[in-house]
Amino acid sequence: MRMLINVAETVVADALRGMAAAHPDLTVDVDNRVIVRRDAPVAGRVGLVSGGGSGHEPLHGGFVGPGMLSAACPGEVFTSPVPDQMLRAAAAVDSGAGVLFIVKNYTGDVLNFDMAAELAEDEGIRIAKVLVNDDVAVTDSLYTAGRRGTGATLFVEKIAGAAAEEGAPLEAVEALARQVNENSRSFGVALSACTTPAKGSPTFDLPAGELELGVGIHGEPGRERRAMMTSREIADFAVHAILDDMSPRNPVLLLVNGMGATPLLELYGFNAEVQRVLAERGIPVARTLVGNYVTSLDMAGASVTLCQVDEDLLRLWDAPVKTPGLRWGV
Amino acid sequence: MLDADFFRRWMTVTTASVDREAERLTDLDSPIGDADHGRNLQRGFAAVSAALEKDAPDTPGAVLTLAGRQLISTVGGASGPLYGTLLRRTGKALGDAAEVSDEQFADALRTGVDAVMALGGAAPGDKTMIDALVPAVDALAESFDAAKTAAEEGAVATTPLQARKGRASYLGERSIGHQDPGATSSALLIAALVEAAGE
Repeated sequence: MRMLINVAETVVADALRGMAAAHPDLTVDVDNRVIVRRDAPVAGRVGLVSGGGSGHEPLHGGFVGPGMLSAACPGEVFTSPVPDQMLRAAAAVDSGAGVLFIVKNYTGDVLNFDMAAELAEDEGIRIAKVLVNDDVAVTDSLYTAGRRGTGATLFVEKIAGAAAEEGAPLEAVEALARQVNENSRSFGVALSACTTPAKGSPTFDLPAGELELGVGIHGEPGRERRAMMTSREIADFAVHAILDDMSPRNPVLLLVNGMGATPLLELYGFNAEVQRVLAERGIPVARTLVGNYVTSLDMAGASVTLCQVDEDLLRLWDAPVKTPGLRWGV
Repeated sequence: MLDADFFRRWMTVTTASVDREAERLTDLDSPIGDADHGRNLQRGFAAVSAALEKDAPDTPGAVLTLAGRQLISTVGGASGPLYGTLLRRTGKALGDAAEVSDEQFADALRTGVDAVMALGGAAPGDKTMIDALVPAVDALAESFDAAKTAAEEGAVATTPLQARKGRASYLGERSIGHQDPGATSSALLIAALVEAAGE
């Protein structure tokens, strides 16, 4: 596997140096691995901190900026960051209005953010936490670590970020974040495995001509493996899997997300099929986002996330955002 | 009696054996995880050894508490908080005595293992580090050697189990037939006791 890197050990640090050079609106602490919006802390505003293993870019560092995250903590590739990073991020963004931790439901992320929350509270920072667990591919949640956090993370970070920017108090931002998560469901498909820089070979074995239905964002397996399907068939399968688990009464936000190695040409074609299924099921789509947002290194494939929105959530989705990964209205 | 030197040696020997076995741990983590367990623990225990050299804590409790904090601050993932909590809570349970008996250590390690179960929510049989640690603690009253054997057998016995915690749990039945990397590294930690004691 050919990679555009120096050595595996410095992949995360090298990327952070590059982010710092590309995005002067961000303060990137390469040594301590914290990305903070330059104007933090913003007086009277709740801070939003997220983080997780690297390899999912632009999540989370690419979503730091006005209208979205206040700070992000990148861990090693596919490895949760450590509590020290989250504590540093919380201290950097807390204006006294408190800090919301947005945590994807993976054992490592949950444990490290829990520890960080305790440490931050010891330092007098008010912390609230919201767990993102939108992945319907995990059916047997009693005997697993529970549903994984995937595409809905983007919706939670954007909408909660807009509310924080408007000056909503911590309790309200937390409640909104939780509502967005509860309103959201995702389903992902892998057409190829991904390769971590440290290992240099695919993290799982997916034979050519097969696909993994219900894959997680680290290549964790999902429901089943099948012979390769068409875009039309995959859209039917993914959307029906989601709609088996939610019955939207309101319009939805739609994220058609690439896993990293699937071209936009294919993603837009897939979006057409997803929209067809939603139309067949009578579900109006309020807004659509197509692109690579919650990725899995060089995995080929896509995920679909739906989030049911009322007028207020839609207004917050449309509110201005200025980050490396999402930018509109500014 | 066990003094601070013994616990320092325990950590140094563990660092060396994690270094030696890193590739094997990563290989075990490949089919049912994301192939980084060896590397993550290597980073953590290197930091532990460096910190112990720099700070030279002088009681058994202080050695393990410092080691645990280092793991929490450097490893990340689930194994950082879990191993960090194991050592930190064991260290705290040892208090500030200059020397502790084998029995006191066994009791303290049980406290540490209980804290890991409380934090991670895993029970014996879930195919996790607990499957090596619980039998080891039970055997520790007998001897370090017995604990080592129990931990190694516990790790091997995870092979036919289906994972119910952590990332491997998403594999469901496909996790069956693979030895758990966390139980394997826990067995290394327990085995290091024997070498540290010079038994």
